[in-house]
Amino acid sequence: MSEYSMKPDERIDVAKVLENLEHYHPRRHGWTWREHVSDLHMGPFTYEDCSKPLHDSVGLPPAHYFDDIDPQPLPTITTEIASGRFEDDIRRMRMAAHHGADHIMVIRTAGQSHYDGLIEGSPQGSGGVPVTRKQVRAQRKALDMIEDEVGRPINYHSYVSGVAGPDIAVMFAEEGVNGAHQDPQYNVIYRNINMVRSFVDACESKRIMAWADMAQIDGAHNANATARDAWKVMPELMVQHAINSLLSYRIGMKKEYICLSTVPPSATPAPCVHMDLPYAVALRDLFEGYRMRAQMNTKYIEASTREATVTHVLNMLISKLTSADIQSTITPDEGRNVPWHIYNIEACDTAKQALVGMDGLMEMVELKQDGYLREKARELKERAVLFLEEMLELGGYFAAVQEGFFVDSGMFPERNGDGIARDINGGIGVGTVVKRAPDYMAPVTAHYGYNNVAQYDPEAVDDPSRLIGGCTLEHPEKIVYIDELDDTDNVYLRMDEVKKYAGPEAKYIRPEMEWLADGTVMLTMFFPTDVRHAEAAALEVGRRMNLSDCVVINREIMQRAEGTRIELKGKVSFDIDMDSLVLPQEPDILSDEELRKAIEERPMVVVAGTVGQDEHSVGMREIIDIKHGGIEKYGIKVLYLGTSVPPEKFVNAAIEVNADAILCSAIISHDNIHYKNIARIDNTAKEMGVRDRLMLCAGGTQITNEGAVEAGADAGFGRGTHGNHVATFLVKERRRRMEAQKEN
Amino acid sequence: MKRNDDFETRREHLASLSDEELHARFWSCVEQLTDPLLTLGYDNTSPSIERSVLLRMGFSSVEAKAIVNGCLEHGLLQHGAGNVVYRLSKSEDKSIREAGEALVSGDAWERAETLFRGAKA
Repeated sequence: MSEYSMKPDERIDVAKVLENLEHYHPRRHGWTWREHVSDLHMGPFTYEDCSKPLHDSVGLPPAHYFDDIDPQPLPTITTEIASGRFEDDIRRMRMAAHHGADHIMVIRTAGQSHYDGLIEGSPQGSGGVPVTRKQVRAQRKALDMIEDEVGRPINYHSYVSGVAGPDIAVMFAEEGVNGAHQDPQYNVIYRNINMVRSFVDACESKRIMAWADMAQIDGAHNANATARDAWKVMPELMVQHAINSLLSYRIGMKKEYICLSTVPPSATPAPCVHMDLPYAVALRDLFEGYRMRAQMNTKYIEASTREATVTHVLNMLISKLTSADIQSTITPDEGRNVPWHIYNIEACDTAKQALVGMDGLMEMVELKQDGYLREKARELKERAVLFLEEMLELGGYFAAVQEGFFVDSGMFPERNGDGIARDINGGIGVGTVVKRAPDYMAPVTAHYGYNNVAQYDPEAVDDPSRLIGGCTLEHPEKIVYIDELDDTDNVYLRMDEVKKYAGPEAKYIRPEMEWLADGTVMLTMFFPTDVRHAEAAALEVGRRMNLSDCVVINREIMQRAEGTRIELKGKVSFDIDMDSLVLPQEPDILSDEELRKAIEERPMVVVAGTVGQDEHSVGMREIIDIKHGGIEKYGIKVLYLGTSVPPEKFVNAAIEVNADAILCSAIISHDNIHYKNIARIDNTAKEMGVRDRLMLCAGGTQITNEGAVEAGADAGFGRGTHGNHVATFLVKERRRRMEAQKEN
Repeated sequence: MKRNDDFETRREHLASLSDEELHARFWSCVEQLTDPLLTLGYDNTSPSIERSVLLRMGFSSVEAKAIVNGCLEHGLLQHGAGNVVYRLSKSEDKSIREAGEALVSGDAWERAETLFRGAKA
């Protein structure tokens, strides 16, 4: 049986990943932290807080200025992926891994918390995926290949919550899931699952997770997202973190795998750093030894992706000033739709960019040991202690929940009476907990609580699964794999529908945001009118462009009457035939040796400068300067005319030094001024009768070869151009002209 | 319940504590709150826990659900669903899988009940 392996320059073949799943077993269990490298040298720089670099990754956009380095920050970086179709999420996971994510979190479909048992097969989800053994196995298998490709272990994560927590915990432990959310308080408060059931189940779930060395993330961040004023629940958050953390520790989890899910609670326009930093400090003071999973604020996220990104960067400033073991990322489009591929990638890049940019910050900066920061942190801790004391006075955790202690919008001890109260005799799963009889027994590993194994074999007391010759945790071959239970809702049917777009050999392609060939596109536009008219106009634009399912997903007022920015999503229904696409030719570059030889045999002189009213000379200098690998290194003589050179001066100078070519650089592009100036040089040279003996090259970030040629140049050079591209053109074009002359 | 912020008066007993003492108090309170929760987990079980035991014993989720539901119906969950399967396998000299399948098929419950008759609840 030949196993599928992924190729770096080929799309992953999801159909092949799904083959032989019944025989797949994970190659490791447990969580992996990144490896710190002190004094990491990359390109011209040294990093203090970075981790071991990757074999293969996509760097930040300006990386090409810096030898294409892609430094990786120290915290694990999370991305949350769940489009409802796990087969499409696999492709997104690969893209995210290449942008620095090593913690892939799968959000569950709406309603899975209330499903009493494991879901099997691969039904489609809504707002997440139904987490099943098949889905987990397929994704873990794909991640094994992806982690080999990028060169770093990838942690795979989902949720151990709801009324089937222990079932899911076992399945995760068996399938090599590396991390999970587990917090009975989440079940109680947000999912209205009976509190007794939640805690009894949690003990078992946590013991299983501890066996598998899974990292655990708690559910406290949900209070931020739920409370009316998110920053007022800070004392309560510390209480929630503490209950779950200590419970987990006492059940047997190691502290290094117990992660507090902590969110900077406020967001701009609040003075958020001033409010959030004392809280972050208080939390880290109290929870020494535990790990911090720094979540980003979602409570105040709106539809502007720019705004969300800035909030998240401010959140990472808090991470940097305090600590973060796991830096979560929230996609900036979370405020407007189920996240799209491109925004997962943006969020990963935002985290990488911000954390790498702040590398070494704490070598230069320290938090003050007195004053507001410490006083506020102390106050928050005291408020948390008061919260705990009152819980004890009331009779404990359950009594406090019944009293509506949690998610109250008052800053404790203030109470607003709007907390979420749950009845101990209510909720889903009420009355399902059973007291263990004296002969209660469970012949398995990682079981919590009373277990009368001795009645059968006193020697098996410390190893209960010995009674049955070992359980699935020791013998994975005992696991029973179910492929599909539903013939009408499964991955094969979904993949069949989009077969012609799938896999490395696909002949057809469509734009895509979340699902293969979904046809979704986004348009950004501005209308010089008020928001209501702009919105209606945008929908009309979409209609006339033949887009279906048009929805305005963002509107921002520039000024009430002068204008509105709109982002619109819609779908196209046509296919692009890959074979029909005309690809511009890849530049054919002569070797350095060939270029030097050509210039040695026949010297070349060029005049160069930036044209018009353009002072941007950096790009031009890179193309000509010998020290940047510019054309001078091949022996080409350059007369540099400087910046803001008038078109006529280029031509006059070229005549004066008998130049072979004019190189003009044009960066400023509004009103197409870059192309207009190229046309002026072309016209002037024609008027002066020298155009035929001059080669005219134009370059700049907004210049394309086609555009420049249309404007009258012989060639145009855009982003990413180097001296050898320009020199190759000059040598070849001169050769071509000479040969053409000979023929005439 | 509504209450104004009386932090200043309420905190009086904490004001003189050092940071270390305050942290110790925090964790001591948490310990007192989690003690009964751990005991609860130690002494009790649930359908989900029992399904998770059966999964570990090598049954599918579908089989585990059927066996746990049978245990509930026959008042056997208190002994542990895994225990029911185990004792049946011993008494009938069957493999764990065969004993579980007999329960899933529905025709072994009376025998299983007999095996636990007289056991203290």
